[in-house]
Amino acid sequence: MTVYYGEILALSTILFLMGVVCAIARRNLIMILIGVEVMLNAAGIALVAGSARWEVLDGQAMVFFIMAFAAAEVAVGLALILFLHRRTGSVHSDTYSVMRG
Amino acid sequence: MNLFAVCFYSLSAIILVSTALAITRVNQVHAVVYLVISFFATSLLFYLLGAPLLAVLEVIIYAGAIMVLFLFVIMTMKTDHPKSKATLWRQWIFPLLMWLVCIVISVVLILRDPDAGLRIMPYFVSPVEIGTYLFKNFWLGVEIVSLLLFVALVGALYLGKGGAPSVRCGEGEKP
Repeated sequence: MTVYYGEILALSTILFLMGVVCAIARRNLIMILIGVEVMLNAAGIALVAGSARWEVLDGQAMVFFIMAFAAAEVAVGLALILFLHRRTGSVHSDTYSVMRG
Repeated sequence: MNLFAVCFYSLSAIILVSTALAITRVNQVHAVVYLVISFFATSLLFYLLGAPLLAVLEVIIYAGAIMVLFLFVIMTMKTDHPKSKATLWRQWIFPLLMWLVCIVISVVLILRDPDAGLRIMPYFVSPVEIGTYLFKNFWLGVEIVSLLLFVALVGALYLGKGGAPSVRCGEGEKP
């Protein structure tokens, strides 16, 4: 019993869809960001699998870039959440349903 | 039943179960810790598929920096846990239904792919090879990513200081 390429792609797809469910079903802003991280990780798994299937290095190079900009995005996203929490006192997304100003 | 398949199936089981637990926790610290377990298993999966540098970077960057940053932010914020806003079943029925439909569609599409029946062998790449390849072919991307990290640093610093209203001019300077 060996591993088929379709099985790794199926794992990556299920993981990506779990990230989507987390991003749309949770109301806490931090959990939405965690959903985004799960999605990026799933894309990384698919890329490394593609790199192993075609035996080129492009997939692994792209995962480098994905990790780097995921770190940058999380830093800015969490800074935004801290700023919002300081301004309004809550991280529940229902608080931000009205535009003020 | 070779070792590669046993490792792959057990790792993917750990990844799926810990991610499923992570996205359903009410307590955010529990969710982050389950996600760290998932990232460790993903790192081992990367090593299994032949990318040792990516495995190490996944632990260092994802599990070691990003998740720790999440934990710091969760700990510094007094987030409210109102009991009435806990995980409601009504809130989850429609996303779970969508999840199932999308999984069925994607499995059908994957099975129709002629590549899906290929056996994957690990394509082992040493760090020297991947580093040379990255800097030979994608040097511009590496420079842009370093610039992007700098921009993210400036942005996070500016937002962390409180944004525009709390920035004050120094003494003797005109606003």
